[in-house]
Parts: sequence; C-alpha cells; structure tokens
Amino acid sequence: MPFAVEAQNLKKFYNGFQAVAGVNFRINRGECFGILGPNGAGKTTLVEMIYCFLPVSEGRLTVLGDNVVEEPRSIKKRLGVVPQENNLDLELTVRENLLVYASYYDISKPVARERADQLLHFFGLSSKANQEVDRISGGMKRRLTIARGLIHTPEILILDEPTTGLDPQSRRMIWEHLRQLKKRGLTLVLTTHYMDEAGQLCDNLIIMNRGEILEEGSPSDLIRRQVGEKVIEAEVNPSKREHLLDNLSALTCETQVSGDTVYIFIPEDETAVVDLLKNNRELDTYRVRPSTLEDVFLKLTGRGLDYADAEEFAGREYQAL
Amino acid sequence: MPMLKSLQAENTRPSNKIITSYKSVNRWAIKVFSRNLVVFKKNWATTILFNIVEPLLYLAALGAGLGIIVADIEGMSYIQFIAPGIVAMSAMWSAAAECSYDSFVRMHFQKIYHAIVATPVSLEEVVVGELLYGTFKSLLSGTVIMAVIAALGLVLSPWALLVPIVLILNGLVFSQIAMIWTGLVPKIDSFAYFFTLVVTPIFLFSGVFFPLDVMPELVRQLAWLLPLYHVVVLTRSLTIGLVSFELIYHALWLVVFILIIFPFPQALMRRRLIK
Ligand SMILES: Nc1ncnc2c1ncn2[C@@H]1O[C@H](COP(=O)(O)OP(=O)(O)OP(=O)(O)O)[C@@H](O)[C@H]1O
Ligand SMILES: [Mg+2]
Repeated sequence: MPFAVEAQNLKKFYNGFQAVAGVNFRINRGECFGILGPNGAGKTTLVEMIYCFLPVSEGRLTVLGDNVVEEPRSIKKRLGVVPQENNLDLELTVRENLLVYASYYDISKPVARERADQLLHFFGLSSKANQEVDRISGGMKRRLTIARGLIHTPEILILDEPTTGLDPQSRRMIWEHLRQLKKRGLTLVLTTHYMDEAGQLCDNLIIMNRGEILEEGSPSDLIRRQVGEKVIEAEVNPSKREHLLDNLSALTCETQVSGDTVYIFIPEDETAVVDLLKNNRELDTYRVRPSTLEDVFLKLTGRGLDYADAEEFAGREYQAL
Repeated sequence: MPMLKSLQAENTRPSNKIITSYKSVNRWAIKVFSRNLVVFKKNWATTILFNIVEPLLYLAALGAGLGIIVADIEGMSYIQFIAPGIVAMSAMWSAAAECSYDSFVRMHFQKIYHAIVATPVSLEEVVVGELLYGTFKSLLSGTVIMAVIAALGLVLSPWALLVPIVLILNGLVFSQIAMIWTGLVPKIDSFAYFFTLVVTPIFLFSGVFFPLDVMPELVRQLAWLLPLYHVVVLTRSLTIGLVSFELIYHALWLVVFILIIFPFPQALMRRRLIK
C-alpha cells in the first residue's frame, strides 16, 4: 500500500523566495503526523501543496500514491481539509455548510443529510444546526470546519493549526475528537506551533524552521535523542551565568539560555549536575522536571517559539537603549 | 526527475491553459452555480427588488417625464424607444454588480473560492460557476423588466420571446468583463473606477436613451465596439418586431466576444489567488 504522503526534495518558491527548501518525508497510513514550526516556517505552504492548492516548484509529491501534478482532482476527492483560517460559508447555516460542501463531492442529497446529522452530533453542534454561521462561537466554528472536512469520509484529514486561538477547554475538546477519528483509522496531518498539542496527538512529527526540516521522529524518540529524559531549569543572575556555564560544560551537559533561565539537558545521570547546583551559591532557584518537546524545539532552534518575532523585538529593545 | 518537469511544463503551456479554460464549463462549475442559488433562494425577493427599482425609476422619469417634451423617434414614442434599452441596461447592470462587488466579497473576504478549491472543484470551474450566476441574475432582472414593459403595452411583437436569449448573451458578456476586474483590483473600493470608467460610458453611448444616428460618424463607429450597443439593437428590434437578417450579425458579434475573452477571467483569478 502506498504511503499517505511522500515528499522527495520538495521545494516551493514564491517569486524567488524559498518557503520550502527541498524536504523529504513520508506519512504512513493511519498515523497522526505533525508538522511543527514557528510562524513562517513553511507549514501552511507545505500542506497547501499536499492538498493541491499550491503548485509544486520542484521535487516530487505524491498523495495516496498519486502525483499531485497529475491527479489533483482524484487526490482532492480522498482528502479532507481544515485550513488555517476558517473559511466557512457565512451566507449559509451550520447544516447548509455541510450539505453544500457535500455537493462538491458528488454526494447524493439523502446521503449528505444523513452524514451531516451524524457529524453535527459527533461534534456537539446539533442544537446549532439551523443557526447562521456568524452567530456561533470560535470553538464551534472550528469544529464545524473539521466536520465539513469529513463530510465525504476522506482517507486523510489535513488540519492547519486546528486549535490556534481557542481557549483550553475548546482545544481539549478538539484533541479528543481527533483521537477518536484516529482510532477509526483516519490518517491525520496536523500543523501546529503548540508542542503540547503535538506531544498529545502525534505518532510522528517533523520540526521545521525556515523551510527546512530540523528533526523528525516520534515525540518520545525526539526527546530521548535530543534532550534526554529530564531537564533542569535554573534561575541565575546574568552576571553570574558565565561561571555556572563553565562548570556545567566541564560535566559535558548541553545548556540553553533564555532570559534569566538556564536550561540544562542532562545526559544520563543527573546526580553530578544536581550536586553542582546544590553547592552553587550564585543560583537563585532550580527545578528538575521531565523533558518535553518544547525543550527539543528550544534546543534545535536555539531560541523559543516565534523566533522571527523575538528577533525583531530584541532589535527594538536594543535601539531604545 | 525529467518526466515530472516536462509534465509541469505541459500544464503551464498557454495553449493548454486555454483548452482547460473552455473545458471548465462542466458539471463541477454547475455545483458552484448551485451554491449561489441556495443563497439566492433565501433572499430572492429583496434581490429582485433591488435589481429592478432603478430601471423602473429610469422608465418613469425618462419615459413619462422627459417623454412629454421629446419628439417621436423613428416613429416611436420616447417611452417606447427607451423601454427595450432599459431592459438591456438593467440586465447589464445586474451581471456587472454580481461579478464585481458580490464576487469580490465571496473571494476576498469570505475566502469561499479557497474553500471550494480544496474540494474536487478547480478554480477555473469556480470562476465559471460565478459567471453563470451573474448571467442568471442578469436574465432574471431583464426578464422582470420585460414583463413590466409588456404590462405597460410596450411589447409589440411575439419576436420578443427571443429576448431572453439576448439577455443570456448580455449576461455572459458583462459577467466576464466584471470578473476580469475582480481578478485585477487591489481592493473593493477600486470597483468605483470600473463603474465610472467602463460601465457608465457603455450604458450612455449604446443607444439606450437616444438613437446613435444623431451622433458624429466617429461616435457611431466606436459604439459598434460596445457590447451593449448590439444588445440594445437586438432587444429593441425584437420588442417592436422590426426583425431583419442583419440581427444575426449583432448576435454573432456577442458570441464571438464571449468566446474570445472567456479565458481571461480564469487566468487572472488564478494569477491572483495561487502563487
Ligand atoms: N503568497 C505568498 N507570497 C510570498 N511569500 C509568502 C506567501 N505565502 C507565504 N509566504 C512566505 O513563506 C514563508 C512560509 O509561510 P507559511 O505561511 O507557509 O508559514 P507557516 O509555517 O504556515 O506560518 P504560520 O505559523 O504563521 O502560519 C513565510 O516567510 C511567508 O512570509
Ligand atoms: Mg500557517
């Protein structure tokens, strides 16, 4: 059976600007595949090529065994899409949004009505079926957009930042729905810049920055490989930081500085590091905690998320001084 | 991957693009048209009212008002002269408004084109669906005005039954012209230029309000380039029953115009939306 998606040396240029820089990856059927990266990493560009919206500039991209250049229509029949921006039809009601969308897939009216009702029920939208789309909450709009992407029972569902801008409860609700869909065998392709979301949902993921893939693997693999099981966060006064870092590098642990916090990635055994910190009077506080994908990201990009913005912000601060 | 390269090259060759463009008049485009009809069914009454109030005001003010002081033209009373022209004009106006302001809102603010293109429907088919809907609106408002002037006794011949065909050609022409602007304009305010510089001159100099014979030779020749001129000649001739073989040329002019500019709205929309 062919891969759900396979990209070989895939590139995208916008008027000479390289947004995707020759990436290679494979997505298995039935898995939840995450595309992580900060703003401008190229996540949307990548998924828009997968759902045959943007033309591929160079390289090869196949979806369910078909090349996107040759068979866009038959690929699109088998894909569901939840774009980054909700683009629900504001002139239609909640239910009509599903029914009209079904018509684009050649689904007969009785079948469409049945599926629409099932989906509205599954996503907890039945009571809003006849409301204008404008009147429902942001979380409901997002759920409706996902329901719309499922109206033709696709084999792959592509979600571009499904929970950005939602409150914690709505996010959790969407995660729960996505888990259930995966259990039913649906392949999920999900972009996000929330590490917790990727950690919760994804079997495999790639971390992108500036159009390139920095790392790939399962969340636990990535954590083990990149940062180890545990991380120490130490608060140190910047003036005393150098001394601490020197001591730590003698113990061959990798560190990452962000503001007043030093992140210490512990190799195998934490006792040596903890001893060092205990005896260090320059240290304000420290704590040991299990590592997360966020640490992987921090280490790989050398900065936190929203890295382009942070750079700009730092520049402004500097000029103000 | 040389195979892939050549395939992509083929898809972007101009001749193939043009063929794709005509091929997109298909059942997928009808689905987009049907989506617009679903919305139309919700507010058809206000839509129709909105489309016909202005032409009826023209008919009342110019026909009944100005008509009192204007001499008969070509043996017709003034209101008889302008009534068929107003049918053509209102049909033009409906198509132009639908495929400019309304299409722009759907495309730019509501991102509906983007949503539909993620389904098996292509962008070319979305554009055709929009053109068909503009044509439908045009046919509808023209037909309603036609019914009004018939009730006023201003339709003199059963040839008038052919007017809807003329209205369809008219609708296609002006939907396309408006859609070309929708593919080009940077923001919605820019449509003011379209109406001031394109639509208004067309409707003033196409023989709706006065016969072009009174104008200098040059203006008469230029009018021949205006699509609405041919629509007005056809509508007026059929309404009063002054039918000659010459009308075929006017109809052919419109058909050829429609076929020639057909690929442009799609090409411009693709250039605009897909980078
Ligand atoms: N239509 C376009 N024309 C030119 N450049 C573009 C266009 N769309 C995106 N880009 C650029 O390509 C890069 C990748 O953009 P993309 O939207 O794919 O990033 P993203 O990872 O989805 O970001 P975000 O998290 O903000 O959604 C960015 O630098 C962006 O400015
Ligand atoms: Mg994006």
